[in-house]
Amino acid sequence: MFRIHCPHCQEVRSEEEFSYAGEAHIPRPADPSSLSDAEWGEYLHTRTNPRGPHREMWVHTAGCRRYFNVLRDTVSYEILAVYRVGEMPPERGEA
Amino acid sequence: MRGAEPRRMERYSLLGLVRHARHYHENWQRAWRNPEPKKSYDTVIVGGGGHGLATAYYLAKVHGVTDVAVVEKGWLGGGNTGRNTTIVRSNYLRDESSHLYEYSLKLWEGLSQELNFNVMFSPRGVLNLGHTLQEMRDIERRVGANRLNGIEAQVLDPGEINKLVPLMNCAPDSRYPVLGASWQARGGIARHDAVAWGYARSADAHGVDLLQNTEVTGIRCRNGVATGVDTSRGFIAARKVACVAAGNSGVLAAMAGLRLPIESRPLQALVSEPIKPCLDTVVMSNAVHCYISQADKGDLVIGAGTDSYNGYGQRGSFSIIEHTLQAVCELFPAFSRVRMNRHWGGIVDICPDACPIIGETPVRGLYFNCGWGTGGFKATPGSGYVFADTLAHGRPHPLAAPFSLDRFATGALVDEHGAAGVAH
Amino acid sequence: MGGEVRRLAAGGRIDRDQALDFVFNGRALRGFAGDTLASALLANGVDVVGRSFKYGRPRGIVGHGPEEPNAIVEVGTGASRVPNLRATQVELYNGLEARSAGSSVFQRAAGAFGRLLPAGFYYKTFMSSPRAWMAWERVLRHAAGFGNAPDAADPDTYDRMNRHCDVLVIGGGPAGLSAALEAAGWGARVLLADEQSEFGGSLLAETRALGGESAAAWLAGVLAELDASGNVELLPRSMVSGYYDHNFLTIVERRSDHLGPVSAAATRERLHRVRAEQVVLATGAIERPLVFANNDLPGVMLASSVSTYVNRYAVAPGNKLLLFTTNDHGYRTALDWHRIGREVVAIVDVREDPAGAWVESAKASGIDVIGAHAIIEAVGHSRVSGAAIAPLQGNTLVGAPRRLACDLIACSGGWNPTLHLGSQTGVKPRWSESAIAFLPGDLGVGTLCAGAVAGTPALRGCLEQGALAGATAASRAGFGSGRTTRAAPEVDEPPEMPARSLFLVPHPKPVSRAPKQFVDFQLDVTAADIELAAREGYESVEHVKRYTALGFGTDQGKLGNVNGVAILAEALGKDMAEVGTTMYRPSYTPTTFGAIAGRDVGGFFDPERHTPMHGWHTAEGAEWEDVGRWKRPWYYPRPGETMQQAVNRECLAARDGLAIMDASTLGKIDIQGADAAEFLDRIYTTGFRKLGIGRCRYGLMLHEDGTIFDDGVTARLGEDRYLMHTTTGNAEVVFAWLERWHQTEWPELSVYFTSVTDHWATAALVGPKSRTVLAKVCTDIDLTGGAFPFMAVREGHVAGVPARVFRISFSGELSFEVNVPAQHGRAVWDALIDAGAEFDITPYGTETMHVLRAEKGFIIVGQDTDGSTTPADMGMDWAVRRNKPFGFLGDRSLDLSDHLREDRPQLVGLASYDAKTVLPEGGQLVDDPERQPPAPIAGHVTSSYYSARLSRPIALGMVKRGAGRMGETVYCPLADGRVVKASIVDSVFYDPKGERQNV
Repeated sequence: MFRIHCPHCQEVRSEEEFSYAGEAHIPRPADPSSLSDAEWGEYLHTRTNPRGPHREMWVHTAGCRRYFNVLRDTVSYEILAVYRVGEMPPERGEA
Repeated sequence: MRGAEPRRMERYSLLGLVRHARHYHENWQRAWRNPEPKKSYDTVIVGGGGHGLATAYYLAKVHGVTDVAVVEKGWLGGGNTGRNTTIVRSNYLRDESSHLYEYSLKLWEGLSQELNFNVMFSPRGVLNLGHTLQEMRDIERRVGANRLNGIEAQVLDPGEINKLVPLMNCAPDSRYPVLGASWQARGGIARHDAVAWGYARSADAHGVDLLQNTEVTGIRCRNGVATGVDTSRGFIAARKVACVAAGNSGVLAAMAGLRLPIESRPLQALVSEPIKPCLDTVVMSNAVHCYISQADKGDLVIGAGTDSYNGYGQRGSFSIIEHTLQAVCELFPAFSRVRMNRHWGGIVDICPDACPIIGETPVRGLYFNCGWGTGGFKATPGSGYVFADTLAHGRPHPLAAPFSLDRFATGALVDEHGAAGVAH
Repeated sequence: MGGEVRRLAAGGRIDRDQALDFVFNGRALRGFAGDTLASALLANGVDVVGRSFKYGRPRGIVGHGPEEPNAIVEVGTGASRVPNLRATQVELYNGLEARSAGSSVFQRAAGAFGRLLPAGFYYKTFMSSPRAWMAWERVLRHAAGFGNAPDAADPDTYDRMNRHCDVLVIGGGPAGLSAALEAAGWGARVLLADEQSEFGGSLLAETRALGGESAAAWLAGVLAELDASGNVELLPRSMVSGYYDHNFLTIVERRSDHLGPVSAAATRERLHRVRAEQVVLATGAIERPLVFANNDLPGVMLASSVSTYVNRYAVAPGNKLLLFTTNDHGYRTALDWHRIGREVVAIVDVREDPAGAWVESAKASGIDVIGAHAIIEAVGHSRVSGAAIAPLQGNTLVGAPRRLACDLIACSGGWNPTLHLGSQTGVKPRWSESAIAFLPGDLGVGTLCAGAVAGTPALRGCLEQGALAGATAASRAGFGSGRTTRAAPEVDEPPEMPARSLFLVPHPKPVSRAPKQFVDFQLDVTAADIELAAREGYESVEHVKRYTALGFGTDQGKLGNVNGVAILAEALGKDMAEVGTTMYRPSYTPTTFGAIAGRDVGGFFDPERHTPMHGWHTAEGAEWEDVGRWKRPWYYPRPGETMQQAVNRECLAARDGLAIMDASTLGKIDIQGADAAEFLDRIYTTGFRKLGIGRCRYGLMLHEDGTIFDDGVTARLGEDRYLMHTTTGNAEVVFAWLERWHQTEWPELSVYFTSVTDHWATAALVGPKSRTVLAKVCTDIDLTGGAFPFMAVREGHVAGVPARVFRISFSGELSFEVNVPAQHGRAVWDALIDAGAEFDITPYGTETMHVLRAEKGFIIVGQDTDGSTTPADMGMDWAVRRNKPFGFLGDRSLDLSDHLREDRPQLVGLASYDAKTVLPEGGQLVDDPERQPPAPIAGHVTSSYYSARLSRPIALGMVKRGAGRMGETVYCPLADGRVVKASIVDSVFYDPKGERQNV
């Protein structure tokens, strides 16, 4: 039961207000038609799935309904950073 | 391809029990050896869970490949094998999956005898409930498909269901009334640990080395060919490396520079205190999210949902447990006063189509058998069987062929979300 | 009635003015307020409280709290029965009825065959054939399990409360109380939870003075102070069951069980869902029993439990006490026993040369201290009558045993810190050789441990450590400096000499041949079982647990685990740290399902969504269909009508006259912004850029993998404004989908989404008469075909209410969907019904809607499609524009090789040959009905109805290569063996040119 800081609401709220939205930083290919089936399949389905820090998207479903990125350790479940869509994760530490 | 000298496995029986009792049980044979790793093996299986051990057993038994090591970072059966809710059934929707699971179910039916180890397979029947008209259409479709695939199945009405499960709330005015169910009489439950132990004991007897407390730290490849694994006990060379490590597939793949269409998530489960028999079948409801059976020890074994996020922590969020017990109390109002003894999580590898990946990877000699999601336990014998065949021949077993890694490029997904449900 | 033969004449915290009658196993007994069922049973001289699980051995009460393994009882009857309570945790009330849970004839019989039942015996037998196991399983199942589940719905209610606090203190003993005092003193909001009915923990049985006053007086003072402080909340009867990530904890408060069976006034239990800034674990420790032969005889108890019964409940559970200890702490029990004037036979101390203040004090009381000895075997039948003791050197017996007569053996093998909660967070406990115990691991900055759980033995130390933990926690939560503000009370407590460890008491016979030496009482796990497991290769502590069932009971091994680990370590020649312990999981002690489910059952299980016209449908006697969370009218049977008759009538009304349907549940999303058109172009397979204002267009939405996700009609309301309709079930999912793509991929597009599903009520007026009737209540929209064509939208007033009217049709008939603000929905609906009365306006439900659309070959996403269906499969390439500049979601996937396969299932119509049989929905189709399974599947029926308009059945289905198989025959085998023959036909059965809707 995580406590998540919503960077839009600037509040720490309970996990139940949020929804997980998958791995972050998987941009949709600019020109899908130029990709091979394998490349397109990779975009669709392949995921990093790390054991440790994971860059992922969450959405504040029962709050501001906005998406944001989270750097979370998938073993300790510690949230290492929260940052906005379009940004890259800060160096470790800021939450 | 010979491994350690096969040894004569002591046969378990009631008579044996009496004989050993006379000697105060002091002379029981070890169930398996605790060998030192050799420098190299023909095949190294990474993961000593039910699937990995079954693979080793069938490799040795069916294909005569006994120069095999099973490398397990912890204890045998310590992953999802020992954490799941043990439901066994084969009533899947798609031909590809129903053939695979049915093959597995047939192996289950004779497994205790095959292994001379009582895995307590209990074909007490599995009910998959339908609560909406669309669910009933899907059930009708799945049951019909099962029959055409040679899998005995039936659609039951609420009256018939209530006869099988008297404590279930089948009232028409409940929030999501039970409209019917599919019934697979041959489905049931089994004793999860025993499956790992039974396969381990027989594989060991065939000469397979079971290496516990041996963690794989790297997969070595040369020119696109796998050459062995680095472990906490040193490098072990292998002609073939077979990864069967649910909950760690992505981590292992990364060691070989691969990424998989898999996400690892906590799947939670819980048990009640042991109570006297009050539920004689397995009941599964996708709409109400309730998966329940009663173990032989008397505890209600309840599958909860999968957490929505990736995690390797073997624990999940409490809200999942809350939702599950709401569903249990809704469907079984009398269980409200029963108490939860324990809840826990296992890490399941989820594929986009809720189906497994079985076969060789782009790295030659590196095989994966993973992605069984929430339902891998029931597949244990079949998965081991087809994977062993695939490894032995270097080509997919026909039942495994539809589950290759290519399907994520071709789009030939085997969509089983309906039948695989949320869990199990 | 035997009377309270073991009740002391004075003392204890019981209320002797309040006698309580209760029944145990059919015997009427009496106790006092303040008793637990266990203390009352002991007071009444009840020695045997149950039979053991596997061997059917008589068992008595061992402990006094959550560790109790034997006294498992079923309380209450019928619907309010509770199966497996521990008598030590059941507060006595007048009229309580309890029974021993779980003893069965089989178990008594099994005792005779005990030798045949070593650990894991069931893995080695019962498998001559698959059927043999099924027979044996039935027998084993009936032998297993403790109490019976209730047989009817739970009459009680449960509730739930979310809480936030600065410091949660778990455990109201000396350490916890001190922590709460300090934290509260600094101004932190404190929650103090304790599982017992009274706060105080070990202080409730404490005989020494604290700061010059009695423990009871000191306790009362502290509680009064906490109560008065204003920022402390005290939660008694509150068991902290789970410790989850980010300092989320669950507390189960028992609110009414102590009052009697069912209390209508209060919820039975309450689940507190706590988010704590800081947690102080002051959960104490549980005494470790000693493992010796026949140590399960009634009359063998924990030393601390004997003291608790004596001091707190004024019960002496025997007459002649023999104390068996490895440490000084146990001496307290002998001294307590001596104080009440009973005989202490001896203190059997395993230490080589017991000395020090405690030993002196025992000797001063005339107690015989026998050092360097151990009790190797308890003697007796259904209760201890004596013990065999023998001299011990290290772990070896060095002399002949001798017998001492006694009727009570109090054991103290040291202490096991109650570290379960810390372990639940995933942090492994660590073995401490100096404390001879597992201690909590490093729990991080949000958690502190204080008192016995941290391995602190002395009372004064617990008080001090608790205070420091309270101050530190407050400071970490932002209150105060972290320094303690008051001195802990002085306690007259002689120092303790070092304890020694002894986990398995040796016996002259080897473990395998000695009388049973129990490690886990509840599941009958013996030292021999653990050795057997190790011998057979089950070497991991987890294997041993699973092979022998050690620690699997409802006590989760609170007594047995550490001894079990030690015996295993010894058998393997490893040390304790190497073997380690199993992880503890929530719940700390078992938690009622109902308490976790809370209020979200029955009517609150899942909220129902109702449209503004719901009341009207109810009054008309509608049958309901669940669609998502919505309750939608399924059909409206008139008296005496079958469902089919009703649906036929409704269908014909829509085709021939006038019908009306509540379509309010369709998802509606208002989309505005300069880039709205561009955005829609990317989301839908069709194009929306060129759609005229006031016009509508059908769209298909795909997943990125090319499969159909949703469909619906979108209208352009203005230059930069669209209204999207989604299917009822997908409204929320589609809305989230739009937001996701906009926010994460295309934030540069200027577009905004508002879900307006609930803002509007929608009445679909359907049938040839719809225009005429609508005109009666809508005068400011020109409804003629020329002015208001098919697939157009107009704004005006209907029945005097501002309305948006769509000329769209899911039935193929002339149809107007009237949307009005939800609050006017019912009034407008009533006006339409009135206006249509002259044409016998007929309400229809989802079933008729399905028939009408199937006659027209319109698909329903999720019924005719599944998770693998592409637009081409549905013959809907007409709705896919491949040449849009940006493309659309899922576009690329349509070219994947598998999606271009020729033998994919395709949408077709199906007509049964006999023109009578309605194909079953979901029915499978084959080409060769004679073929025995496994038989190749040609396809399946997705939708199937009797069409009243066509006077024959119609069906839609997905058939491999279906589009190219028009006129061919397929067969649908039914469950009863019949086979329905059907021909493949076009999927549009009625009005193929669409003339009826376009008038």
